[in-house]
Order: sequence, then C-alpha cells, then structure tokens
Amino acid sequence: MELINLGIKSIFIENMVFAYFLGMCSFLAVSKKVSTALGLGTAVIFVLTVTVPTNWLLNEYILKEGALSWLGESMATIDLSFLRFIMFIAIIAAMVQLVEMIVEKFAPALYGALGIFLPLIAVNCAILGGSLFMATRDYTLAEAGVYGFGSGVGFFLAMVALAAIREKLKYSNVPNGLKGLGITMLLTGLMGIAFMSFMGIDL
Amino acid sequence: MSTETAQAEVKKPAEGLLSKRRKGFITDPLVDNNPITIQVLGICSALAVTTQLQPTLVMAISVIFVMVMANLTISLLRNTIPSRVRIIVQLAVIATLVTLVNEVLKAFAFDMYKELSVFVGLIITNCIVMGRLEAFALGNKPYDSVLDGFGSALGYSWIILAVAFFRELLGSGSVFGVPVYESISGLFGGEFSLATNGLMVSPVGAFIILGLIIWVQRTKTGYVEHN
Repeated sequence: MELINLGIKSIFIENMVFAYFLGMCSFLAVSKKVSTALGLGTAVIFVLTVTVPTNWLLNEYILKEGALSWLGESMATIDLSFLRFIMFIAIIAAMVQLVEMIVEKFAPALYGALGIFLPLIAVNCAILGGSLFMATRDYTLAEAGVYGFGSGVGFFLAMVALAAIREKLKYSNVPNGLKGLGITMLLTGLMGIAFMSFMGIDL
Repeated sequence: MSTETAQAEVKKPAEGLLSKRRKGFITDPLVDNNPITIQVLGICSALAVTTQLQPTLVMAISVIFVMVMANLTISLLRNTIPSRVRIIVQLAVIATLVTLVNEVLKAFAFDMYKELSVFVGLIITNCIVMGRLEAFALGNKPYDSVLDGFGSALGYSWIILAVAFFRELLGSGSVFGVPVYESISGLFGGEFSLATNGLMVSPVGAFIILGLIIWVQRTKTGYVEHN
C-alpha cells in the first residue's frame, strides 16, 4: 500500500516536469509530435526504472557514510558521499549505453523507433534528478524501484499530453513573439495547474 | 599541421584583450542569442530555485563558476580528447566542478546547501554547460572560451534572476527577503493591504512568468520561431 501510494505520488503529485522542472530540455525539444514524444517517453521510463535502483545499490554499499563496513571494520568510517555526482552520472551514462546495446540486439524494431533518443537521455536532468532525490530521501530498494518507474511514467504522461496539445496548436493564430517556446511555457503552466488538482490524494 | 596553424597565427594581427569580436562573446548571449529565451537550453535545473532571489543568486554564481571553469578546462584539453569519448570526458569535468561547488556550499553556507539540495547537482545535466562545451570550447582557444562561457552564464543568470524577482515580489511580497508589501501598506497606515499570490510560489508561477518574459523579449528582438 505504501508503495502504491509512492507510485501515485511520483506520477501525479510530484510530477518530474510540473513540480520540479526536471527534463525540461527534452520536454520542450521533443514534444512537437506525439509519435516522437511516445518514443522518448518510453525510453525515459525504461532508463529511470533501471538506473534508480542501480544507483540505490551503489549509494547503499559504496558511497554512503559507513557503507563500506562490509569490507571490514577499518573501512566502516569512510564517507564517500562527495563522489555521488560523478558516480551517479557515470552509472547513468554506462546504463544508457548498455540499454542501447541490449535493445539493439533483442528488439531492433524498438531500437529503430528510439534510436536517436537513447543517447540523449544520458544528459536528461530527470534521470539524474531521480537518482539524487532517491539518495536524499533515503528510500529503500523497493521504494527506489517504484519511485524510478513512477517518475518515468509521470514524465511520459506530461510529455505526450503536451505534444498532443502542440499538434493542435499548429492551427491556431499565436502572436509572433509567443510562437514556439513562449506559448509552450504558458501551456506547461496551465497543465501544471491541472496537475495541482491531484494534490492531497492519499490511498 | 602544427606549422600550418603557427603560420596562420603569425599572419593575423595581435588581437586586443577585449576586441569587438571578443566583446561579442559576452554581449551576444545577453539578449540576441540568449541561451534560455532563444536557444531553449538549460531551463531544466534552475527554475525550481527561483521562488526566492537569494538562492537564485547563489545558483547563478555557481553556474557562472562551473561554466567558465569547464569551458577553460575543455578548451585546454581540446586537442587531446578523442572525439568518441568526449561526452564522458565533458561529463566528468563538469561533475568534478559541481562537486567542488557543492562541497564549498556545504562548508560555508549550510542553510543554502539545504535549500538548494539536489539542484546544485543538477547543474551537471544543465544543457547550457554541455552545449557550450560541445559547440564552442572544443574548437576555440582558452581565453575566447572563458569569455564565451562567462557570457552565456550571464545571459542565463539574468533570466533566472528576473523570474525570481517577480516570483518573490508577487508570491511572498518581498525582494531579497525585505518585506516590500508590508512597508507599502505601512505607508497607508495599515488600512490598505496588498495580497500575495500563492500561485507564484508554486511551480506554475515560474512557467507563466518565464513564458511572459520570453514573449516580451522576443517581441523586442523580433525573433520568430517557425515550426
């Protein structure tokens, strides 16, 4: 029940895009068409679900204060948490590479669809943000898995919804200075208001 | 190869420390080629800290430091980095600098460190930093790269500071923590009071303010995006 609650929270209430502004770059750049938004969204769900638990293991057994105690008494006092940024980003870059290779080998059709988006994901703030939030909030392994998946789904939803609106928007008469980025920001704000109505949902 | 470039350099007259071209590196990104409003880079990490001016200022200074140093480092290393692994090298350099900033904040400004929490770390994936490294520092000399990094970071900083100014003023009725609304209503003997807008403190406020700033700025520069 706790886990379902966390899942709902990470999808709707603490949505990566609307509550924390994470992944805005790709959110804005790739949301012009629904089909590409679907591709990138799926890739983000995939990578977040894999990297957050992996980084949890890394944080728990190597980086945290006292995490190295499994190596022996003398190692128990070592605190490597200042290495968090470098290690997390390295894991993410490596994971993205790995996921890319696996998908290419076993699902060539999916690889064709995701192709260019996979490498881009390594520098998507939502991915690193997911891992950093996981570390600061002291989740357990199960929670980390659910949180990773949930925030991926949240990003997917936000992105596909925005892409659908922008496809319709092509037929509207937007003032010149507001075309493109400006109107998209305002739209995102309005969507954020809609997502705010989920606030307070508690299972 | 090296002799060719050496000859080319000899032919060029020595350039002033702040020649017109070099001033352009700093002034261009401020308005005409602003990283946020025109190039659509780096909106990710910093909007979240713009509810108050003070953390935004710290964030802006951190980004300026990281960008200048990263541009300098990559520019110095530009001839030794194999192009196949350049992304990971760039990430490593940026991550090291950001760790440095994070540790300094933790040591000297712990309250600020708590407030910014993960968003300092997210400078790593700020697209502006990577974008400038990729587009400029990899192909230009160190001094030019430093100027370029400084200019882009300034262009980024003034936008997030502007967003923070409006969000703090309208949302909490203060500027840099100084209660403006209260003193205004104080002038009228307390009968007249200004209401703060809670929407501005929520993330929605940031999107809308940024959207409006983009609108004003693009109308002034006449930049139109064609889809």
